[in-house]
Amino acid sequence: MARRLLRVHALLVFAFLYAPILVVVVLAFNGGRQVLYWEGFSTKWFAAALRNPDIRDSLQTSLVVAALNAVVACVLGTLLALALSRMRAWVRVPIDALAYMTLVTPEIVFGIAALIFFVEAGALVGLESPLGIWTILVAHVVFNASVVALIVRARFVGMGQSFEEASFDLGAGPLATFRQVTLPRLAPAILAGGLLAFTFSFDDFYTSFFVSGVDSETLPIYIFSQLRFGVSPEINATAAMILGLTLAAIVVAYLVLRRTSQGREATVAPGV
Amino acid sequence: MATEVAEAERRRGSTRAGATGPRYPGWLALPALAWYVLFFVGPLAIMGVYSFAEVSGFTDVAFNWNLGNYRYLWDPLYGEIFLRTLKLALIGTVTTLLIGFPFAYYLARYAKHKTLLLMLVIVPFWTSFLIRTYSWLIMLDPEFPLFRALGLEEFVADAELLYTTKAIYVGVVYNYLPLMVLPLYAALERMDWTLVEAAQDLGDNAFRAFRRVTLPLVLPGVIAGSLLVFIPLTGEFLIPSILGGEKVFYVGNLIAQQFGEARDWPFGAAIAMVVIGGMTVALMLYARVLGKQEQYGG
Repeated sequence: MARRLLRVHALLVFAFLYAPILVVVVLAFNGGRQVLYWEGFSTKWFAAALRNPDIRDSLQTSLVVAALNAVVACVLGTLLALALSRMRAWVRVPIDALAYMTLVTPEIVFGIAALIFFVEAGALVGLESPLGIWTILVAHVVFNASVVALIVRARFVGMGQSFEEASFDLGAGPLATFRQVTLPRLAPAILAGGLLAFTFSFDDFYTSFFVSGVDSETLPIYIFSQLRFGVSPEINATAAMILGLTLAAIVVAYLVLRRTSQGREATVAPGV
Repeated sequence: MATEVAEAERRRGSTRAGATGPRYPGWLALPALAWYVLFFVGPLAIMGVYSFAEVSGFTDVAFNWNLGNYRYLWDPLYGEIFLRTLKLALIGTVTTLLIGFPFAYYLARYAKHKTLLLMLVIVPFWTSFLIRTYSWLIMLDPEFPLFRALGLEEFVADAELLYTTKAIYVGVVYNYLPLMVLPLYAALERMDWTLVEAAQDLGDNAFRAFRRVTLPLVLPGVIAGSLLVFIPLTGEFLIPSILGGEKVFYVGNLIAQQFGEARDWPFGAAIAMVVIGGMTVALMLYARVLGKQEQYGG
């Protein structure tokens, strides 16, 4: 009895979680001008959104920032994960705490702190308006490096390090060991971390809201500014495209992580 | 100090042996560390300094180290906003807990395809916060096709959901539910259910067994989930500005306003410092509770 009630509750929660997403996607295919009145299936709003120069510009900004952010976050996060994995506790714990802080600090607080920092730093070097694509990138990397570090480290610790130890014992340096031993085994985790960093940056609102310049709006900022005039089919179509892109990235990340945790691990796991 | 660390490492067992074996050099952490210090710690520190400054003229900031901004916050007008935010964060936390706990419990104890279902919880959480929020503008509209089909337009219109506190609460519960469920699930997943069965065999009814066995064991998960919801809610401003139509003001809106039309950055920095202060206190309490748990749990 209790179990059946819990089951019904779980189904309702899933419906609750997915309804808003489905509604946006379905209504994006509405042929009519009004969001709430269905006038037949059409993809015309997708075409309209892709022709809109504002949407194209902000989409481009978002893609460039998200991609560069993913690359930088992967490098910083992976190096951090490698270094932290066997550090002595008194060094590791404070660095760990700092990395977690970048993830739990309310984004609005970090957003305004970054804004103040960039404006002051810009004034120092004589820049009138320092805000732009680079400031968004720098700010996004802060928390996304932590995301990558978290994922890569979990993987690195989980797979055991006797291969690395053997490599070091046999005289290989860190670079050679990384290239020949660690990277092949960590690549899926790094890729998954990079994809997540991409989606987190691509979807980010709060940080971008404060550190983007007048002509460096990201797509979420553009949508937010348009919501003042209400929801439009064009906004829904744009949102549906964003959802499609992030979902694809998430699914790839999930598959990559899952495949490696089953397949390759099985050959390494015993005795490690 | 050194002996304490050694003692801690000895208790943890594996770390000590690991720390002495060949390993990647610690300086590999430097690039990330430099990035954190320069672009995270630095900005927060400058924000702290800003909170003691004041605006002079139209855009200039005078650094004269006074407490004016903080004193300003004692104004009843702001007290009201802080209380309203606290209420939002508390109600949001409790509601997501009440909905999320039975859900996570079912997933962890009874569900068949756990990994898949867990993934289904995470996916919405990783999609755009903004889109998931504005969708409620459509779903709470009296003209929403579902309401029209059921003939509920007037009922919904009378309920006045959109652009009120009600819509804000719906948006908050919706967006923060996964943050609550994930740590709850992690805690419940590790549960040894035979303990519950043993308690029931020894005469506890289901409720007593839950209260005396399950709850203490999953308490860290409950606290972690509550913090994950509570902390960001204290700075939330996207949900109120979209679903509340900028009519209901919270601390997040107040901060954003100082960096928008009000152009009082030092005051905005002071409010943000208060938010950070609250967060630090919450995290310290959490660490203490966890520490206690570990002591007793062995």
